[in-house]
Amino acid sequence: MDRFDTLVIGAGHNGLVCAALLARAGQRVAVLEAGPAPGGLAAPRAFHDEFRAPVAHSAGHVSTAVAAALELEAHGLAWAQPLPLVGLGPDGHARVIQGESLSGATVSDAAAWPDFHRRLKTFAEALAPHWLQTIPRIAKAPLAELAVFGRMGWSIRRMGREDMREFLRQFALPTRDLVDEHFEDEVLKALVSWDGLIGSRMAPRSPNNAVLMMLYRMAGRAVRSPANLIGALEASARAAGAELRTDARVARLLLEPVEHGFEARGVVLASGERIEAQRVVSSADPQTTLLDLVGARHLEIGFTNRIRRLRCDGLVAKLHLALDGLPDFAGLDRPAGRIVLAPGLDAIEFAFDGSKYGELPETPVLEVAVPSLDDPTLAPDGGHVLSAHVMYVPRHLRDGWNDVARQTLLERTLDVLEGHVPTLRRQIVGHELLTPADIEARHGVTGGHWHHTEFALDQMLMMRPTYEAAQYRTPIHGLWLCGAGTHPAGDLTGAAGHNAAREILR
Amino acid sequence: MNEVSTPTPGARPPDPYAGERLKESPFHPRQAALNLREAWSSWNGYRFAEYYYDAEYEYFCIRNGCGTYDITPMQKYRITGGDALAMLDRMVTRDVTKQGIDRVSYVLWCNDEGRLVDDGTIFRLGQDEFMLTCGSPCLAWLRKSAFGFEDVRIEDISDTLAALSFQGPTTCSVLQRLGLEGIETLKPFGIRHYAFQGMALMVSRTGFTGDLGYELWIDHAHGLALWDALYAAGEPWQIQPYGEEATNMARLEAGFIMPYMEFNEALKTVHFEHDHTPFELGLGWLVDFGKPHFNGRRALWAQKQAGPAYTLIRLDIEGNKPAESSWIYADAACRKEVGYVTSAMWSPAAKANIALAMVRTEFIDRELWAWIDYEKELRQYGKVARCTVRKKPFWMPERARATPPPAV
Amino acid sequence: MKRWDAIVIGAGHNGLTNAAYLAKAGLDVLVLEKNDYIGGAAVSRELVEGWQYSSCSYVCSMMRQAIHRDLDLSRHGLMLVPYLGTINYGLNGQVLLSYHDEDANHNELKRLSPHDADAMHRFEADMSRYSQLIRKTLMRTPPDPTSFRIRDIRELLFLARQFWTLGEREIYEYIRFFTMSAAEYLDDYFEHELIKASMATPGIIGTALGVESPGSAYILLHHVMGDVDGNIGAWGLARGGMGAISQAIASAFLAEGGEIRTEAAVGRILVRQGRASGVVLENGDELAANIVVSNLDARRTFTRIMAPEDLPPEIVEKARNYKIRGSSGKVNIALSGLPKFLNVPDNRYVNRGGQAFIGNMETLERAYDCWKRGRWSDDPFIESVIPSAWDPTVAPPGCHWMSNFIQYCPPKLADGPWTPEKREAFGQTVVDKLERHSPGFKDLIVHMEVRTPHEIENEIGLTEGNIFQGELTIDQLLFNRPFPGYAQYRMPVKNLYMCGSSTHPGGGVSATCGANAAREILMDLKRPNTVPEDDCYDE
Repeated sequence: MDRFDTLVIGAGHNGLVCAALLARAGQRVAVLEAGPAPGGLAAPRAFHDEFRAPVAHSAGHVSTAVAAALELEAHGLAWAQPLPLVGLGPDGHARVIQGESLSGATVSDAAAWPDFHRRLKTFAEALAPHWLQTIPRIAKAPLAELAVFGRMGWSIRRMGREDMREFLRQFALPTRDLVDEHFEDEVLKALVSWDGLIGSRMAPRSPNNAVLMMLYRMAGRAVRSPANLIGALEASARAAGAELRTDARVARLLLEPVEHGFEARGVVLASGERIEAQRVVSSADPQTTLLDLVGARHLEIGFTNRIRRLRCDGLVAKLHLALDGLPDFAGLDRPAGRIVLAPGLDAIEFAFDGSKYGELPETPVLEVAVPSLDDPTLAPDGGHVLSAHVMYVPRHLRDGWNDVARQTLLERTLDVLEGHVPTLRRQIVGHELLTPADIEARHGVTGGHWHHTEFALDQMLMMRPTYEAAQYRTPIHGLWLCGAGTHPAGDLTGAAGHNAAREILR
Repeated sequence: MNEVSTPTPGARPPDPYAGERLKESPFHPRQAALNLREAWSSWNGYRFAEYYYDAEYEYFCIRNGCGTYDITPMQKYRITGGDALAMLDRMVTRDVTKQGIDRVSYVLWCNDEGRLVDDGTIFRLGQDEFMLTCGSPCLAWLRKSAFGFEDVRIEDISDTLAALSFQGPTTCSVLQRLGLEGIETLKPFGIRHYAFQGMALMVSRTGFTGDLGYELWIDHAHGLALWDALYAAGEPWQIQPYGEEATNMARLEAGFIMPYMEFNEALKTVHFEHDHTPFELGLGWLVDFGKPHFNGRRALWAQKQAGPAYTLIRLDIEGNKPAESSWIYADAACRKEVGYVTSAMWSPAAKANIALAMVRTEFIDRELWAWIDYEKELRQYGKVARCTVRKKPFWMPERARATPPPAV
Repeated sequence: MKRWDAIVIGAGHNGLTNAAYLAKAGLDVLVLEKNDYIGGAAVSRELVEGWQYSSCSYVCSMMRQAIHRDLDLSRHGLMLVPYLGTINYGLNGQVLLSYHDEDANHNELKRLSPHDADAMHRFEADMSRYSQLIRKTLMRTPPDPTSFRIRDIRELLFLARQFWTLGEREIYEYIRFFTMSAAEYLDDYFEHELIKASMATPGIIGTALGVESPGSAYILLHHVMGDVDGNIGAWGLARGGMGAISQAIASAFLAEGGEIRTEAAVGRILVRQGRASGVVLENGDELAANIVVSNLDARRTFTRIMAPEDLPPEIVEKARNYKIRGSSGKVNIALSGLPKFLNVPDNRYVNRGGQAFIGNMETLERAYDCWKRGRWSDDPFIESVIPSAWDPTVAPPGCHWMSNFIQYCPPKLADGPWTPEKREAFGQTVVDKLERHSPGFKDLIVHMEVRTPHEIENEIGLTEGNIFQGELTIDQLLFNRPFPGYAQYRMPVKNLYMCGSSTHPGGGVSATCGANAAREILMDLKRPNTVPEDDCYDE
């Protein structure tokens, strides 16, 4: 069998992006996916009879540059209006953020919104190009690469003096402080904070990372559905000549000792099959890649301990409900968009508190969507799928995960939902609750973390996932990373896969 | 609900100053009786003799007769399990897989950047059983090193295994008289196990003096009995304890490096350029690129290609004023500073003014000068002295390697 | 009417330092203090006959030696004495002593965890590396990163160079340290719960963050970067109480011809034609000055003693948004004897140290959770010192004075405002915890003063009782302190300056804010600088 130029481990969206870009550059590429289908957390899976749902229920900020480079539109990508972000309070009244517009807010909040949004947008636009750049090592990179820092500085300076000053102050603010400065309505505050918090170990009072996450999520464009994105990526990759092998779980890397360490020469599958290649690119999380597939003994001691200490525990559980009809949310005509059920900042904060001690939230806060509205194939005729991200559910419960704990979490989540959809319990025909531990087990993502490892200032930029593996290269020659654990982070953007491919082709 | 932090009344220790006091080795009662100057310092929390009466006399016991040096405060770790060999081999720069059972090897271990974390010795006591000894605690690094190896147990036995270094030309004779049968056939870096008065006694032919010598390892509980028997056996040769000062003289003549003199431990160094690589310390021969992987390999390989900026060299300096803390220059006018002395003394064995110095590698083959500050009756003087680089240690007697050692 | 060269509002230690340096440059300076005593939060008063209460701050390590030496504070009566290690109390009677002596400390750590005894060496080396970097910035004015002025660029380059000399790896490590939570950061080093918690406590003192909040590792450094006689991390007592520091600085100021007026609360800063021109006291007196320096916190300065019409509107907004959160309480106790604590030896060295009543990491974090909910924990973190064990001047012979600092205590309670009853209940919670560790403690109490954020604010004017005059988070540090664009001690009104802990480098009895502000003022006046450079780096 011929040698491949590149093997990509994992057919999640970043793996597909990377494979497609390399294949388009003329490389012979194979993507090895452990599961039965590509897509990773974005792939819809059946959870009850004909009801299906992906873990990721929206694709709100796909990189337009990646889409253009892969001609995704030609392969079926459908851009869409961003899903509205809907805040439902205990008052049964909806606040709706759609792009630049805000409705349902109090007079004073509505007045504060344009300035607030303009500034964040300025920040987000200044940062946007840098999510698609490789952030070089501080000292050991050539001057041409270090210029990235200069450009970053210039992007920030170019905002203008006042905005730059505010950026340097606001980027590290807890979301609570940020929104407290502008708004009065607790439900709106929670709603505005939401994208800074979900998927991370962040609560409204946590400083340092949340605003950057909000800004990260303001880049790019929305796509109709995660499945649509994955379909386009797969088509693009195949069209470029990349091979896609499913049910091909990689057991370990083929390593060859050389003078200065090791070189990756391919992989060994769980089936025992050896596949050789010039290089291996892993879209799996850094712990899986470096500790399981490579093994600590082939790496440095300090390095492996930094990988071990990456904060990979996810805090979001996923609830899928198979419903016999459209859920009727009090206060909403139609349950479109991402519906945030968090009555205020304290509610989010208090839901978070227990997770620090490995406890379940008493009253979870949720982001709910009904993806079957946009993609009728997810449910049989007349049925609907309710998909809920349940914050903050620890990967490791103090007493371990068991049926009682899962039942408790389910009931508490349904209680919250029922507060807004009184008929909900009667509509349920089936359900699936995925704890972070389940997401880890099913998708091979350590900790079940959305971003593979926490998006935090100490695990960001030229330190993501950790220095000496942050430019998509690893200490193993010929082994590259292209997953959410690299710069910039996770979510369905394609940036990490794109950046990794660029580095490989350089 | 949160546990309320209520203490339970416990018995107070009888000595209110127990916490402030230093720990004592099992040999302490005898050593205290012989420490006529009460000259104590500390090492790893233990009380530890600087000297007993006269450091120079103690030094000559090492070179001329025999002496004991209490190395109980040294850190000792028992490392066992099916992955112990692999774990150690990945940690240290030497090839441990080549080490036979009941053999000792001197090893270095480095951080990821190839900077020296510490030096020490590995005792291989079985297929999957090792003891690692070193001068200061390194349990945290050992644990980090063991991450990713499933079958490894690391046990800190520093406070349960007592050790006595027994050094000097008459040591073999003393041990024979002690009843350690066949000790004369023990080769350098060999280990032998004895049943001594019913207790397990381990003897290794190792030391830190560059001379003939052994190290005796025994459980704390039996330390005193060993001491008494050894001193009874050594009485005809006037066995004598010696302290830190005499050790330091002997090791410098032998050219051995000392932490906090020649190198800082990389993990505990404040400034990133204040630690050293094995190549800088002249210990490149301990780095084995022939083995598969070890920590720091990539960085050390790069340094091996580029060559170290500094190299530790042995200097023979004219005159008799020890060049302690001296600067080294490339010219007699002392204009071009190229290094600094790390340890220096007058060598009684070699009758030479010796030093170890860190010198910029490009200058080690050129002429070198030391600026020496010294004092005479409270007046400060300085002088320039020519330095000659010595390739061999200043003291390396045949007897240190001969098996059996010459009978005395 | 007399016109002063400069009026400094607030006779806290920074205000006095500022005034002393201005007076030293030949300015005619008046310091105004609302209380009938000076010192602000660095104060000692005889609340009970024979007992000197350092009611607020109680220990000192950040006082810059360059200032101490330059103002000749020793001659003015200041003596700083390092106190010995702290006893840390864990759960179920577990105790960790910290010894001044390195070997004893090693043995003590090893008793709990041989792993951590080793790790501590690395931790200390790392802390001193980070401290050395921060310490170099303390007596410098933060650069404005948006500015192209030569001085700002030079200062930015200075910072960049200091950063650069760490070496690549340590730059990354520094960023990690600066942004992580104390809990996560310490997990890199330690495995023993009590050792970790003991090391974490400096990360929460005075702040509305928990050990699990990102950014608390930096606060930890803020508390260990000080030194006594070059021993980084050591803490000292001021002989005679913390008020001795303020008294010595005041004495230096008076010796330069300055004047202090007490019971002279400022009602408003006068602004004429966009320039500060003096102050009106609450009693109506008007005092004219060419320069006005506020030692009050940023919130108070702009929202309490200035008229909004005198200020650009965005400044009032920034001042309102300035994060100054009360999170600490103080219980000061006069004792008839030295309390004995369970499970610790009774000896002169141990008795001359401090006590930290901790529990474990969870106890600390849960106490923070209580604060978030507007109540205090029934198992709060208490940091205690008994200065009288070392200092013979603060209590009658045989008697003792104990300072207890409590984290957390909310400025506003969920169940309505603070009342004397609630204050007493808070004090009782503290005394109950002490009694659990020292049976019979309550019987030794002669007098007790309980200070919640409410009292701290009302008496010494720290908004919400925040001991740092503003949170020490990235958004309020260096060039962001107190507000972006106003970090160089000059305020938006001409001739108005700030010199309190709301400015760089922030809280602590360091005298640096006052000194830095004086340097800027003298620069604007084109007078020779009287403020020394910090020449007491340890490397």
